[in-house]
Amino acid sequence: MAALTPISRKPLSLVLPTVAAAGAILGLFVGTANGSGLMGIIIGAAAIAGLAFVYTQVLKNEKLAKWISIVGMAALGFVLGGIPAAIIGALAGWFYSWFIYWLYEGRYRQRLLPYLTPGQVLWHYGFRVICGAIFIFLITPILVVMPLSFNSQDFFTFTPEMLRFEAEGYSLKHYQDFFTNNEWQRSFKNSLLIAPIATIISVSLGTLAAIGLSQSHVPGRRAIMAILISPMIVPLIISATGMFFFYAQIGNWMEGTLGFNKNFVGYVKVILAHAVLGIPFVIITVTATLVGFDRSLTRAASNMGADPVTTFFRVQMPLILPGVISGGLFAFITSFDEVVVVLFVGSASQKTLPWQMFTGLREQISPTILAVATILVGISIALLITLEFLRRRSERLRGMTPQ
Amino acid sequence: MTLTKTLLTTTALTVAAGAVAAEEMTIVSWGGAYTKSQKNAYHDPYSEKTGITIINDDSSAEAVAKLRAMDEAGNVTWDVVDVVAADALRLCDEGLAMEIDPDTMLAPAPDGTPASEDFGDLLVGDCFIPQIVYSTTFGYRTDLVGDTPPSKICDVFDTETYPGKRSLEKRSINNMEWALLCDGVAKEDVYDVLATEEGQDQALAKLGTIKDDVVWWSAGADTPQLLADGEVVMGSTYNGRLFSVIEEQNQPVAMLWDAQVFDLDGWIIPAGLSDERKERALDYIMFATDTQRLADQAKWISYGPARKSSAPLVGKHADLGIDMAPHMPTDPNNAANTFLYNYEFWADYRDDIEAKFQAWLAQ
Repeated sequence: MAALTPISRKPLSLVLPTVAAAGAILGLFVGTANGSGLMGIIIGAAAIAGLAFVYTQVLKNEKLAKWISIVGMAALGFVLGGIPAAIIGALAGWFYSWFIYWLYEGRYRQRLLPYLTPGQVLWHYGFRVICGAIFIFLITPILVVMPLSFNSQDFFTFTPEMLRFEAEGYSLKHYQDFFTNNEWQRSFKNSLLIAPIATIISVSLGTLAAIGLSQSHVPGRRAIMAILISPMIVPLIISATGMFFFYAQIGNWMEGTLGFNKNFVGYVKVILAHAVLGIPFVIITVTATLVGFDRSLTRAASNMGADPVTTFFRVQMPLILPGVISGGLFAFITSFDEVVVVLFVGSASQKTLPWQMFTGLREQISPTILAVATILVGISIALLITLEFLRRRSERLRGMTPQ
Repeated sequence: MTLTKTLLTTTALTVAAGAVAAEEMTIVSWGGAYTKSQKNAYHDPYSEKTGITIINDDSSAEAVAKLRAMDEAGNVTWDVVDVVAADALRLCDEGLAMEIDPDTMLAPAPDGTPASEDFGDLLVGDCFIPQIVYSTTFGYRTDLVGDTPPSKICDVFDTETYPGKRSLEKRSINNMEWALLCDGVAKEDVYDVLATEEGQDQALAKLGTIKDDVVWWSAGADTPQLLADGEVVMGSTYNGRLFSVIEEQNQPVAMLWDAQVFDLDGWIIPAGLSDERKERALDYIMFATDTQRLADQAKWISYGPARKSSAPLVGKHADLGIDMAPHMPTDPNNAANTFLYNYEFWADYRDDIEAKFQAWLAQ
């Protein structure tokens, strides 16, 4: 976007209080880390405001001011907290020198429409700051876990060695533990076995149910729908208790009367329980896609001699596929993340990854859990990227432009 | 279609593999370093000897509730369960644990002493097979306590000399006794005083003096984490956890061996197993509680073996090579001033005092 608005220098009465407020935020963090938050706020505000005055009224050389801030604040950071603080200091120096000139020269107006009132300008930037803050609030807990998983100690602690960026503070031993420890490996394999099968069952049954329930002639379809999605609404612990007794009976019957292997029966129980939990998600997403589905297409297909099964697979399925896939993803994640039901229904041979993480957290706070969490985040990101890539590809093939 | 076929084949293979798998047995324990020590000392040698696969279930913390539910559903999936003595007594009373005859079901000592004498007083109840003696005691940060480190249990209540947070278990057992001891009650009178309404109030009042400085823990791993973080100055936990923090993790932490409370942990076999499973469980128990095996466990964790005949065999730590005997709660230097935990008292008063304690906590 080209510059829209002619810019002019702003008076110090606007610049100084604003940069002082920004300085106070940095001061709060530095001050808290060094003993007194209040002192930090005052010193930070005064220091940045003073800096702004000197830069704009005395120095008047932006490039020089920028380098002075970066080097100066990096040095200050180094004195207070070593290399990590020096890096943060350099970044802060760059930011504050940029911020001072951005305000003073009035550049913040440059890309905005010329007729905006000061209130609208403030909201324009305030809105972005709030969005950024929410984003940080959501993502920080996930990001904090990642460096901790490379801890060389067996505790959830940022050690002094880690904070000084020394090599001996970091290690891959928790990852090694995950890949070599039988318990983790077995639970990982169990999760990889249980989740896909449960997903396939939920997707098949859920899609069929959604299609059936979308026909207007089905009697009592609202009631049926309510019952089918009830596992999503009833508190999980209650479903789990019920399932425990229900599947215990089925399991006894399968073992006793049908003579199946105990282990096999255990997997069947957990898979069925997880399928039940996944079905509501599939029903809801598929029902939502069916709303936009044109019924005359099925009539046209049968008009041309296709039987209902062919019609379903050749006409209806491709059109509602996005709903089916996203429902399937939800079902997969439900099973993959589920800990309560499997604790009740499963026995130790069916221990899944969340179960192992749960007991690990309770009995032994081991960073292996963090290593696993990091790996799972990686897998999720890879999965989402693949899906997005496939979606764009199929849209390109269908001649649409990716959105 | 190829994908579907591959998936189906893999599934079928997995199921088939499960069907022909060797004999399995599920052993329930506490998880973490403790299960690891059992795996090294008992499970691995046993699997090697018999070919039976052992599956670990880390559910001992809720063993009583889970066994009850399994019993009600008529589907007990556990073969051998590791519980503390108090839980074993409860399970035994409810008929959920099998009764044991020590002299026929447990191995005698190498010199021929029958198991009932070798375990001695530790055989509490009819179902409990003792395995280790552990103690609940305090650890403190050596760098946060100044020049005179705490040496007495009452230093826990002294927030002037040792300012900072302490961690205590979120339940009445042990805390009430320690509070009374530090409020001037003689050791032998503690349970008499605690049996009275006034005595319970006295204990809570003493705990009230440090309530603002207490972090309450519920899992054994909490205090080690809090100590490693420096969030607490001192905290109570099981002595094996503290050993791991001090010796294996090299944290600036030391033990406070005063008024440590002894307790027992061991096995039970659930009642009502099929004959085949019962036989297997008994065979495992016979193997895992013999003199050498119990002494072996002490190579990986600093809990004292329950057999008298095992004590001389306790050797060095498997990885660190340090002598384990001085780290045992039963070592004479550590056991100079111990506190005997009264099972009968807590069996009778637990529900009342615990309710009162939790109500006090919530205030």
